[in-house]
Amino acid sequence: MNENDPIMRPDRPVGIVGYGAYVPRYRIAAESISQMWTMGAGGTPVKEKSVNSLDEDVATMSIEAARNAMNRAQIDPQELRAVWVGSESHPYAVKPTSTIVAEAIGAVPNTQAADWEFACKAGTEAMQAAIGLVGSGMGKYALAIGMDTAQGRPGDALEYTAAAGGAAILIGPAAESAVIINGSYSFVTDTPDFWRREHAMYPSHGDRFTGEPAYFKHVLGAAEVMMEAMNMTAADYDWAVFHQPNVKFPSRAGQMLGFSAEQMKPGLLAGVIGNTYSGSSIIGLTGILDVAQPGDRILMVSYGSGAGSDAFDLSVTDKIDDIRNRAPGVQQYIARRKEIDYATYTRYRGKIKMS
Amino acid sequence: MEVSRHWRLQKQRYQLVGETCDNCGVKLFPPRDVCLECEAPAYELFTFAGTGEVYSFTTVYDAPAGFEGMAPYMMAMVKLDEGPIVTAQLTDVWPGDVEIGTRVEMVTRKLRTDGDEGMIVYGYKFRPMLEAIA
Repeated sequence: MNENDPIMRPDRPVGIVGYGAYVPRYRIAAESISQMWTMGAGGTPVKEKSVNSLDEDVATMSIEAARNAMNRAQIDPQELRAVWVGSESHPYAVKPTSTIVAEAIGAVPNTQAADWEFACKAGTEAMQAAIGLVGSGMGKYALAIGMDTAQGRPGDALEYTAAAGGAAILIGPAAESAVIINGSYSFVTDTPDFWRREHAMYPSHGDRFTGEPAYFKHVLGAAEVMMEAMNMTAADYDWAVFHQPNVKFPSRAGQMLGFSAEQMKPGLLAGVIGNTYSGSSIIGLTGILDVAQPGDRILMVSYGSGAGSDAFDLSVTDKIDDIRNRAPGVQQYIARRKEIDYATYTRYRGKIKMS
Repeated sequence: MEVSRHWRLQKQRYQLVGETCDNCGVKLFPPRDVCLECEAPAYELFTFAGTGEVYSFTTVYDAPAGFEGMAPYMMAMVKLDEGPIVTAQLTDVWPGDVEIGTRVEMVTRKLRTDGDEGMIVYGYKFRPMLEAIA
């Protein structure tokens, strides 16, 4: 190990042995939100966003994504040594989401369980920890989930995009993996672009401050260090996926790094599901894995406000063809959409005060 | 809300764990320790696949206490592929999505919550099957 190398590489090679996406059924058109608050004036950052049902939360959604990942990997859940859920909308303030998920997939009691939080990058943060756990030999398999039912203040710019969904990534030994993790890298600073205080229902943000000094600085910073360390250019990758708070930010970040729209297409889902926060970059990764071929190289960069980015350099193996069809792909979840109006959305999201 | 009762039922509610009869092989859900067919003891745990079809269904408009926030919702008798019929809510369905014989699968959802500060109870519901692209 080179101690000055900022790229994190485990002692033992690890990879992704299973993955699973989840998107709730309901959608609200950005146009409906625009009609409600601006009489339809101005553009919208996405076409529509996903909305969780009355009976869904981060625990139930994580369970379905986890089951999809486990079905793909076909491993014994008793071999899991970690079940980690990254989110900024855990159902309880105190009581782990991860124990509920671990119980539901049959992983208890011989497992680590914990909830992670770092705005929108809690999922990739859990992934890096899972790489460390498996890569050090402390456990054979670790499950990292990024999932959110994101909060958006009625009428705020973020209400157009704050959505529900995410993915589960099952980390295991490289020899069993459909995707090899060549390395990962974290780039963080104290940047107050977006936050939610304890007991506050909705987050606050620094408006235009969320762009250049926050999203772009960290996403581009992480991507550039990773690409340089790996001796890769944009053209050397087959696919790229970035955190997607809207369609414009990741498109522009990708373009600045030299990626084409084609390289980003299968992973750029924000236009039809919105920003799934902790799940945003990794659900995009599942969209890529649903179409990737053995030998493909992928760059993934997350972003979490507060702020930081995690970058991953990934190589697809021939095992992808074995596992892909063992669970529904993200496009199947996207296709089972049912559009709801603004009134139904306020009910499903608990915005109507009953007493 | 009785926290301990909900905790005791977790295995069956989260994973559809029932029992199988050693004597005649019948599968039981919920677990009841005695075979309904041959009356032999049936203690061996059996995890159901979670797939089946709608045997009958109805829509609840006047919901019992604790479920008012979900109404109107659909309830179904689901015939599991292994045999037993289980009564459960259908979820992610709207009128017209379901008929007798519709293939359904188990999902874990919120069943109810004890006000704003009490525990959240999770368990099985069923929804029309979302097939993997085989």
